[in-house]
Amino acid sequence: MINVSLIKKRLGLILFAGAVIFALVIACSTPQQLGTATDDAAAKVYVAPGSYDEFYGFFSGGFSGQVTVYGLPSGRLFRVIPVFSQNPENGYGYTEESKQLMMTSHGFIPWDDAHHPELSQSDGVPDGRWLFINANNTPRIARIDLSTFETDNIIEIPNSGGNHASPFITPNSEYVVASTRFSLPIPQKDVPIAEYKQHFKGTISFIKPDVDGHMELAFQIMVPGYDYDLSHSGKGPSYGWSFFTCYNTEQANTLLEVNASRNDKDFIAAVNWKLAEQAIAEGNYTTMNTEFYRNYIDHDSRIAHSERKSEVRVLDPQKVPGLVYYLPTPKSPHGVDVDPSGEYIVAGGKLATVIPVHSFSKMIKAIETKQFEGEVDGIPILKYEAVMAGEVQNPGLGPLHTEFDGKGYAYTSAFISSEIVKWKLGTWEVVDRVPCYYSIGHLMIPGGDSKKPWGKYVVAMNKITKDRYLPTGPELAHSAQLFDISGDKMKLLLDFPTLGEPHYAQGIPAEILMKNSVKIYPLEKNQHPYAVKSEKEARVERQGKAVHIYMTTIRTHFVPDNIEGVKVGDKVYFHTTNLEQDWDTPHGLAVQGANTSEILIMPGDTKTLIWEPKKPGVFPFYCTDFCSALHQEMQGYIRVSPANSNIQISYNGR
Amino acid sequence: MGRKTRILLLIASLMLIVSYFVPVWKVLLDAPQYPEGLGLQIWLHTITGDNPNDLNKINNLNHYIGMKVIEPDAIAELKLMPYLIGLMILGGLLIAWRGGRRWLYLWVALFVLLGIAGMTDFYLWEYDYGHNLDMENAIIKVPGMNYQPPLLGSKKLLNFTAFSFPAVGGWMIIGAVLLGTAGACLEWKAARQPEVVEK
Ligand SMILES: [Cu+2]
Repeated sequence: MINVSLIKKRLGLILFAGAVIFALVIACSTPQQLGTATDDAAAKVYVAPGSYDEFYGFFSGGFSGQVTVYGLPSGRLFRVIPVFSQNPENGYGYTEESKQLMMTSHGFIPWDDAHHPELSQSDGVPDGRWLFINANNTPRIARIDLSTFETDNIIEIPNSGGNHASPFITPNSEYVVASTRFSLPIPQKDVPIAEYKQHFKGTISFIKPDVDGHMELAFQIMVPGYDYDLSHSGKGPSYGWSFFTCYNTEQANTLLEVNASRNDKDFIAAVNWKLAEQAIAEGNYTTMNTEFYRNYIDHDSRIAHSERKSEVRVLDPQKVPGLVYYLPTPKSPHGVDVDPSGEYIVAGGKLATVIPVHSFSKMIKAIETKQFEGEVDGIPILKYEAVMAGEVQNPGLGPLHTEFDGKGYAYTSAFISSEIVKWKLGTWEVVDRVPCYYSIGHLMIPGGDSKKPWGKYVVAMNKITKDRYLPTGPELAHSAQLFDISGDKMKLLLDFPTLGEPHYAQGIPAEILMKNSVKIYPLEKNQHPYAVKSEKEARVERQGKAVHIYMTTIRTHFVPDNIEGVKVGDKVYFHTTNLEQDWDTPHGLAVQGANTSEILIMPGDTKTLIWEPKKPGVFPFYCTDFCSALHQEMQGYIRVSPANSNIQISYNGR
Repeated sequence: MGRKTRILLLIASLMLIVSYFVPVWKVLLDAPQYPEGLGLQIWLHTITGDNPNDLNKINNLNHYIGMKVIEPDAIAELKLMPYLIGLMILGGLLIAWRGGRRWLYLWVALFVLLGIAGMTDFYLWEYDYGHNLDMENAIIKVPGMNYQPPLLGSKKLLNFTAFSFPAVGGWMIIGAVLLGTAGACLEWKAARQPEVVEK
């Protein structure tokens, strides 16, 4: 790589002109020259072998349906956490223990579009207990246990379409929220689409993250049929409120890019969830029949269970005055971000020429003095001038989303002008801007949406990479760019490819999280009904056409490893318990002809693979995870006889 | 017997009591794949892992070389040791209270003998585990190789380096022997002094 400034220094005055021409040619022919990092960047992102990164970064996978875990500042990928998509790499979504997590009112759904990871918080600060993430397509919220990095809950959101403004959390993890990006007929019914304004409604949902280990839908608020886009909760003085952007207040039902961009202003909905709780407690709600699934991993057996639910409590803003207010906000706002103090509510008006900032204290005063300019379905619309704290002028084109550094500055991504704009809270002046390569969507500062940002880095999540990496055909990686924000000026440090399409990320200091990380599952606590705790208990049992193999793995063998008496037409369950109690000693299991994925079994855990043999013969199975020097010897055979054969079940136990 | 000697003996007995509650010896195994450490703690009455699952892990590793499974409940010495040390404590306290120079000499001599017997037994135990391998079922066979851990110090065993050294309880016992010996020396000297005022 050729650095312009270095060339200037090395060559003398005489060569100066030539060097400039040369540099211009290089700059024009290789556009990535524009995005080169600063001189000390390498040292700032270098994490020596065996050393740890300072932060965990959790990135959503977008259409991959998963979460990826990177170290920051190194940009090293540690893990992909499967959430809404089946993962043949470890059997998530294929095994009998995990399939039920993907149950919905539409049946089993092995994929979704996962947008916004959100860390659990205590007192407004990420605490490292859970990570939540939304499913956009078939509305759901998942909870990931950060001691195991496993998805342990998925709850479906009824009366919703496009769960986008989700799962933003309240400061003490009282609730995570959900809402309708696509309004729908509620309850669903067969109506002409053109009757949108008449039939379509939106909902805003509040979900309790942990009631006896499970997520629970607490209540829904019925709201006008707009598109609810993003959210953040209040904190400090604005504690008890949640804010939601909405666009398409035109209520268009076709060609939204034009028809939903007509209004000069759309809204931010301010929801008083403390008042909602009070209304629920007073019985001021209706119970609506609906259908949704609540799925969770049972803590003892580590098997996923599905519960079908049929009721939801619904609040009507007309009957609960003060529950919702609309704050007029320019031009189809996307992000709504509350600064660390809890006073400022920043909107990202995708098509606006300014960044509007609302003041919470002015909002409360405007409510008290009834500064309303209208009302929709019982929801008062506050006057823009009465709630506005200021506008950031010339903030870049297409401002989307803002995070904070905790030192009085805000960082807004601008999609169209492909840059991050740094501006000062209170004076609203732009103080710095850096280009992003290319087309930044969201950005993330560790803790940057909390009360206490760790304002050392900002990560840009870019939608387009084109020539930034070696070409890989038409389908290219998205990218993340890491900037140092410890000084006055943002400095590009690192550029790394990402998986899927990260829409948002969360960061947390490693020291908060890593100490809780589980190394093994204690065998004595394994309550799986098909677990075996020693090789002596390993066995095979026939129950009609079901054959249950209670199998064990330990370096470097299966017990049993020869099984006979299985017949064509049987359903064979390989219930496999990994007897290892050592750190980092998984075993895998794959069976020839299995119409499913392999399974990976962590130490002390039990996982089940189903195999349905279709023809007689002898078929091998083996360990898929290189577990020891004799891993290649970790294998076995299962014999399949014709359906009418009389061969009894036999096996070699211990 | 002098007041000093009695105090020394009292301390020695109390130190022996401590040795019931802490490991006496440690054998640690070091290999690149075990950054978290791996090892055994030998207590007066049992053997445990240095970390919760270490005994289990070590037994699993040992199956590669055909080594016997370490089963603390099957080791007779571990049943005997608490009583032997108990006798020493009882004797120590009794002598500290009632005096008796010759009893003290006997106590020290017995203790030293017990120590030698203990270390010899430990060596033989290690020898047995390290040499009497199930060659029929051993997976890794290195001609001429034995896996006897060191009695004291370190030794390379395939990919592991084994370290063997006294733990807190062991130091307590060593300390008790030394204090007892010091007491005996004081008494020896006092006995050879011609008729000084003795209480
Ligand atoms: Cu294996």
